[in-house]
Amino acid sequence: MARPFSPKVVTGNALLEGDVIYLTESDSWTRDLSAAEVLTDEAHAQLRLLDAQARASEIVGAYLADVAPGIGGPQPTHFREAFRRTGPSNYFHGKQADRI
Amino acid sequence: MYRYSDFDAAFVAERNRQFRAQVERRIDGSLTEDEFKPLRLMNGLYLQLHAYMLRVAIPYGTLRSAQMRQLAMIADRWDKGYGHFTTRQNIQFNWPKLNDVPDMLDALAEVEMHAIQTSGNTIRNVTADHFAGAAADEIADPRPVAELIRQWSTDHPEFQFLPRKFKIAVTGSPNDRAVTKAHDIGLRMVERDGEAGFEVIVGGGLGRTPMIGKVVREFLPKADLLPYLEAVVSVWNLLGRRDNKYKSRIKITVHEHGIDDIRARVEARFEELRGAFSGVDQALLADIEATFAAPDFADRPTAAFDAAYNADPVFRAWVDTNVTDHRAPGYAIAQISLKAHGATPGDATSEQMRAMADLAEEFGHDELRISHEQNVVLPHVHRDDLPRLHAVLREHGLATANIGLVSDIIACPGMDYCALATARSIPIAQEIATRFDELKIEKDVGALKIKISGCINACGHHHVGHIGILGLDRAGVENYQITLGGDHTETAAVGQRTGPGFSADEIVPAVERIVDTYLLLRASADEPFIDAYRRLGMAPFKAALYDAQDRAQADAA
Repeated sequence: MARPFSPKVVTGNALLEGDVIYLTESDSWTRDLSAAEVLTDEAHAQLRLLDAQARASEIVGAYLADVAPGIGGPQPTHFREAFRRTGPSNYFHGKQADRI
Repeated sequence: MYRYSDFDAAFVAERNRQFRAQVERRIDGSLTEDEFKPLRLMNGLYLQLHAYMLRVAIPYGTLRSAQMRQLAMIADRWDKGYGHFTTRQNIQFNWPKLNDVPDMLDALAEVEMHAIQTSGNTIRNVTADHFAGAAADEIADPRPVAELIRQWSTDHPEFQFLPRKFKIAVTGSPNDRAVTKAHDIGLRMVERDGEAGFEVIVGGGLGRTPMIGKVVREFLPKADLLPYLEAVVSVWNLLGRRDNKYKSRIKITVHEHGIDDIRARVEARFEELRGAFSGVDQALLADIEATFAAPDFADRPTAAFDAAYNADPVFRAWVDTNVTDHRAPGYAIAQISLKAHGATPGDATSEQMRAMADLAEEFGHDELRISHEQNVVLPHVHRDDLPRLHAVLREHGLATANIGLVSDIIACPGMDYCALATARSIPIAQEIATRFDELKIEKDVGALKIKISGCINACGHHHVGHIGILGLDRAGVENYQITLGGDHTETAAVGQRTGPGFSADEIVPAVERIVDTYLLLRASADEPFIDAYRRLGMAPFKAALYDAQDRAQADAA
């Protein structure tokens, strides 16, 4: 039996600001992972990735990142995605500062 | 110091104008990212984890005060008020916005700086001994040659699409502070029968496959430098593998073909090329050398220095670690540590940059250097000015007395910024420095180089650290491998792996066990870590690292 498909979000970086963004269900971009569309079907996920990649004048380097369902929305399963969601650990810069 | 000619200024302005138009075309959708990426990389613009990153070249690590002030201005206006100095004597801005970058490049051009060839498969920023022109052990200042190479390699039509990046380092001293044996080409000035020339080393490099460079020419007369470099790069440009990125650097070419085969090809190509260099390069070099004439060193007493050195233990400690002898009597080379305990290695705030610029102007003949060890150097300071210099440095958090000690750690940006990283480096460096500061044993431990990379590409030079740390992703968890016995100097060596890696929680205690073992087993306080390691070998360190762990696991089982 094929391995079950782990949930994904479409993510990339904003063209102008360069910061991390996620695709929402309404086709907008959000800077907050908890607002991202969680994709649980593999075929649908591939289609959503193609949708994102077609928007080359808004974003750079779209890809599918693993997430796990959690309290308050999807949670990153790998530390790289956790850093992308938060910002660097040496300064209070990036997303962690933008949230305030 | 070299100043831009009209040609240089026009060239940089034209490149900036082109890039501004390229950015506009990317934003309006005329260029895809695939089309734009090589163009932005040619101009030093990366896309990292959280933002773009602009890497600015600091040729041969040399800056004037006005240039340092402009970097501070750029940090304040278009970034987050700081810059990160790198192991390649560059500065990186971590938070620029795409549409601001053309303005940043224009601001750099105002002070004769640029970001050209700081990325991409080209000849990169030429690095040099950070004590150039000041070191007591120097044959000659390597920077005129480095500037000549910069001019020759910038936009060189044959070398814009090399198999991979290509890095050249130059030193004028027998004591190698420029890590020449870990570069694609390392040049070491030598003299033979009174004639100036170079020992040419090729095929060094770190990264996935670390290699110590091999001597391809023991003595190259100075006048033959450019045709010989062109011969080396063109031989590799043809032979170098383009089918596999991991085998494309010249170190692999040298390894696969053997140094004798490479030497024969280079010499043959050199004979063909030599005639094409009519000597105009030597005329240029003479002009460049004139611009690097040493400042007028004043012959004055050092009474104020002597008094402060005897009276002030904090000043004395700083002098003992951060100050090096200068070739001119009464002068010193002062290193400003960007490694305050717990701070990010290589980072300086805009306020600190301005303070260092002011100090260079007042006390240092308007010159600053960036070392590959991510510190700032004031190369020409009179000893009598050191007490005042030190007092001002203290006001700005820049007087950490730790050059060459455990906490003077090289660390790449790692996964806090870098898109290629597999683990973080900065927090590990911060924790090690903080821990050894708490223990108050740094001075006792003495010379010890810790170098940390957050991925196998080895920007943090971990292979040549006395203690090297490599951060990896092991099944979704950060894991840190240790190497011991690396050496970045003229006796260059690649460190040996100790064994299995350590988790982020375990790595600092592991480093502490290595240092404790050294303190226990060193022949005397005068035997530095690297000498003790060479005498003792890996075994006692390995036992200290793993035996306790094995026992704990056995107890638990």
